Amino acid sequence: MEAYFVAIAIIGAIYVLLALGLTVQYGLTGLVNFGHVGFFAIGAYASALISMQGVPLVLSFACAAAIAALAAWPIGLVALRLRDDYFAVVTLGFSETVRLTITSEKWLTNGVQGIPGVPRAFAGLGVGMPGALATLGAIALVCALAALMLRRIAASPFGRVIEAIRDNEDALRALGKDPARFKIQVLALGAALAGVAGAFYAHYITYLSPDQFIPLVTFYVWMAMIMGGVGRVSGAVVGALLLMLFLEGTRFLRDLAPDLISAVDMASVRLGAVGLALILFTLFRPQGLVGDYTRR
Amino acid sequence: MSLSVRGIDKSFGGFRALDGVSFEMPTDGLLGIIGPNGAGKSTLFSVVSGFIAADAGSVTLDGRALDRLGAASRARAGMVRTFQVPREFHHLTVRENLMAAAPGQSGESLFGLFLRPGRVRSEEAAIRVEAEATIALLRLAPVADTPAGRLSGGQKKLVELGRALMARPRLILLDEPFAGVNPVLVEQIMERIGVLNARGIGFLVIEHDLGALSRLVPRLVVMDRGRVLAAGAPQEVLADAAVREAYLGSMPA
Repeated sequence: MEAYFVAIAIIGAIYVLLALGLTVQYGLTGLVNFGHVGFFAIGAYASALISMQGVPLVLSFACAAAIAALAAWPIGLVALRLRDDYFAVVTLGFSETVRLTITSEKWLTNGVQGIPGVPRAFAGLGVGMPGALATLGAIALVCALAALMLRRIAASPFGRVIEAIRDNEDALRALGKDPARFKIQVLALGAALAGVAGAFYAHYITYLSPDQFIPLVTFYVWMAMIMGGVGRVSGAVVGALLLMLFLEGTRFLRDLAPDLISAVDMASVRLGAVGLALILFTLFRPQGLVGDYTRR
Repeated sequence: MSLSVRGIDKSFGGFRALDGVSFEMPTDGLLGIIGPNGAGKSTLFSVVSGFIAADAGSVTLDGRALDRLGAASRARAGMVRTFQVPREFHHLTVRENLMAAAPGQSGESLFGLFLRPGRVRSEEAAIRVEAEATIALLRLAPVADTPAGRLSGGQKKLVELGRALMARPRLILLDEPFAGVNPVLVEQIMERIGVLNARGIGFLVIEHDLGALSRLVPRLVVMDRGRVLAAGAPQEVLADAAVREAYLGSMPA
């Protein structure tokens, strides 16, 4: 049972990192990124492949962040010319392109068969609890650092400008500031956080395949952010933990009444429950649990 | 030192919004643009400020051609515009709106933010002082910490003016600063524009309120159907027969 909770906590923390990345992009800057999972996938594969060449994990994690951030660069250049809704479609297309590239470039990624045997983080501590606990400690530390960094950014002149972009981009241009430069930095920063999340995922799960990186992951992150409170760093953290509660809690629903519903149906019921929760949130608490940026 | 606008043409489909518009003003002067709805005043503003590309013609500020520059670069060149419908940063407070407009902040780069925290802090303190002075000048102190989206229309116009000032321009383009503003506030805005102009900041003002405008500016340009109809001192211009027909004929004088 402890092992189960540690596993949930690690996956939850990975969602926290993803949600923090989306918070700086959408919550603070208003960029509708529907392709977050693409950067997550790039980080996961980058760190896995690099570490399997014998590179230490510390370096492969840094590469995961850097490569994911670099991948955001061309997206930024293309997408900055587009309005919100088109940007959303382009980013969604980007993440699907990443997934299809992983599927078809077998020489690099082994295609749909996936990459088994990704080096486990903290393998020196042995398989099982100590290694998992160390991973949990490390990712919790990274989450805390990322949250502190975002708070610092939100309270800074940079934060003021990106919030101004969210509120009215043309007014900012009229004052002599170029939104494009800021948007590219924001995209790269959010992508780097997703990349690090991907690296943690790769070295914890130790097996990667393209079907782990479907758009549903992106929408789970969106849901976490909406439930927690858009544009608030604490909202990303609370929302990601709440998301895990929903995703995992619905498992126990079946344990309570095993005869009522089959395991196969349960997967759909889970999604339904998550969707229902999202609808209820938008109806009764649109500002999220901790409140969003519109009410401060 | 002047703003010079030469032969601007702009069509939208078959509609000729601007037809050879030319005028000139000293960079530190005051010039008003009047004209009935649809005369092309706001389109002219968008072209001059770089938000819309002209089909032909040129805009020169203090001898520098601006035609190839985008909106942000033109603002950095010293010419900042406001909007007819205020575009405040609605979730930021009035103070934050003003502070966001200050140019050249090192804290606006992620590298500066984390690698030069001391410099960012001292710059931020200086910008805060400048914002306080602007808030006092525009008498916005009571709402300084209110999110700008909650202000009245007139107060938002003041915030836009304040933001423009924080960008340290030589020339401000005001798009209908008095529209929808209560008479007391109109007097206040007019008086503040006078104070700022005495300090050497020029104003190019589009306005419907002819009474207020002719008291504010020494020179008017009258536009109708995308063309300049007349230009000169308010009294002369308003005496012009063509102006009377195009503009005053359709409005109670």
